[in-house]
Amino acid sequence: MNFSLTEEQQMVMDMVHDFATKELAPKAREVDERGEFPWDNVRQLAGYDMMGIPFPQEYGGLGADFVTWAAVGAELSRTCTATGAVYGAHILCQYPIFLHGTEEQKQRYLTPLCKGEAVGAFALTEPGAGSDAGNVSTKAELDGDHYVLNGTKIFCSNGGEAATYVIIANLDVKRGARGMTAFIVEKGMPGFEFGKNEEKMGFHALPNRELVLQDCRVPKENLLGRERRGFRVAMDTLALGRIGMGIGAVGLAQAAYEAALVYSKQRVQFGKPISSFQAVQFMLADMATEIEAARLLCLQAAWLKDQGKPFEKQGAMAKLYASEVAMRVTTKAVQVFGGYGYTRDYPVERYMREAKLFEIVEGTSEIQRQVIAGHLLKGGAEQAAD
Amino acid sequence: MIREGVKGIINPFDENAIEAALQLREQHGGQVTVLSMGIPKVVEQLRQAIAMGADRAVLLSDRALAGADTLATAYTLALGIQKLAPFDLVVCGKQAIDGDTAQVGPGIAERLGIPQVTYAREISFQDGALRIRRVLEEGYEIVETALPALVTVLKQINQPRYPSLKGLMAAKKAEIAIWSAVDLEADPQRVGMAGSPTKVVKTYTPSREHHAEIIQGLPNEIAETVTAKLRDHHLLSA
Repeated sequence: MNFSLTEEQQMVMDMVHDFATKELAPKAREVDERGEFPWDNVRQLAGYDMMGIPFPQEYGGLGADFVTWAAVGAELSRTCTATGAVYGAHILCQYPIFLHGTEEQKQRYLTPLCKGEAVGAFALTEPGAGSDAGNVSTKAELDGDHYVLNGTKIFCSNGGEAATYVIIANLDVKRGARGMTAFIVEKGMPGFEFGKNEEKMGFHALPNRELVLQDCRVPKENLLGRERRGFRVAMDTLALGRIGMGIGAVGLAQAAYEAALVYSKQRVQFGKPISSFQAVQFMLADMATEIEAARLLCLQAAWLKDQGKPFEKQGAMAKLYASEVAMRVTTKAVQVFGGYGYTRDYPVERYMREAKLFEIVEGTSEIQRQVIAGHLLKGGAEQAAD
Repeated sequence: MIREGVKGIINPFDENAIEAALQLREQHGGQVTVLSMGIPKVVEQLRQAIAMGADRAVLLSDRALAGADTLATAYTLALGIQKLAPFDLVVCGKQAIDGDTAQVGPGIAERLGIPQVTYAREISFQDGALRIRRVLEEGYEIVETALPALVTVLKQINQPRYPSLKGLMAAKKAEIAIWSAVDLEADPQRVGMAGSPTKVVKTYTPSREHHAEIIQGLPNEIAETVTAKLRDHHLLSA
């Protein structure tokens, strides 16, 4: 067992920590207030090769591993939650193409995504297909050398700004998940339009848009994987996405904890810094402990992925635990700040609003528990204990 | 000195020097070689420099070189540069953040017998001449020099780039040459402790003394006293 980063991972993290602290953190508040997609930050990530970390160099990636990808994600989220979220959503487009795409699709779509010349998005959720992910009703029909897509996707992260979309549609709506099929759709393809950008409680700079497909003609070669195997594509994508969401929550929690720690040493009440009071110390201790545990769960899931071992159960645990830790930690951070924490003068109220997203997005906490329980129960007592 | 477990950094001014060299290379071509003298662990910092974009790096490292003062350091680095010759330009940080002497850069130029321009804030190259804006205590000076030359740079000259992640990965695999005193054909009496006539006894910031005088009295009396004093110091004409 070895819990340290490799020399290579450490070099990357030193650079990313430095970069994110000096370049992203000072602008984070402004990014949120402006509420626009953080293109400047994304361009910087691209320039420093952060948009394709775990993918091979032949596709424009860095050729590093998923542990590095996850650890970088935590730093981005710590310093600019919106940028971290864009990074977390981007891979949901890259990964299914990498896993299920043809060589031509990888050359054509994965390469610009890894180089950061294009941003990616993944669209599964529909008004009637949220937690019930198999209930996709966006229709796909084969018509000559094109598939014709009709339907609406909602809450699509990076939607509207992304150039490349992995969209899950259905060739046979009656058969539910068994008809689901994945497609690569480009922004600008005829019949592909963007609808409403949701006005959210937080993450104002992250677009969550409606995608409207109206007789959208997608060339046959843009079928991703095989027909009627889209549910598998979606599940594979979400399995990895959970690690990304978990690590995003860890970064956010870390930011809230760091803010609370600094503030507790400065804020004086009863003639002493509030950090000298046990009530505050205990809050800080709990925050730090939970963050550490959440981080280790996420990195372990990423490490399992790198080892080629099953990681789905640990990924769900990581996402579940880290998002609930983020909620608890950010709530405590507001408590440490007291009345000031409830004002917009400090970032902790924003962190608290943002944390809630992680308990909902890409599988609610309840769905994660279901996934975990499914893994535990199908393997019997032996697997449950491992 | 305890160095174990302490993360070494590139001297901040030297990062500016590397950035200045990289920018000149981007504008005018050429190659950037990073040279340092130090313990073998300094290879890590040289890898950083390669990750930023330097073409190669050389470390002068040898027990015989240890304990060098600025004179011996300048001598040793100058030997390294001569071994790397031909070169057009040597760029140094204005000073190290530990010793703060600012003597090594000029020392190297003296050894190499080339012109030196210190405290550069801007460097440009046109029509075969290097043009430098150097900062003085009360203003600036624009100096032109032919090459080869040595320039020491200020922090304000640029914002050192972050290494790209691809740069970092490549740097990890880069070969970094380590040259010993023998490789440099150094005179044993002029390197390391033996070649160092000076010893740092104490480092401190000299205090600047201020004498404040409180002038008391009625406002017009105070005004008279003040104007008289200003006249005495020729700060006010009679």
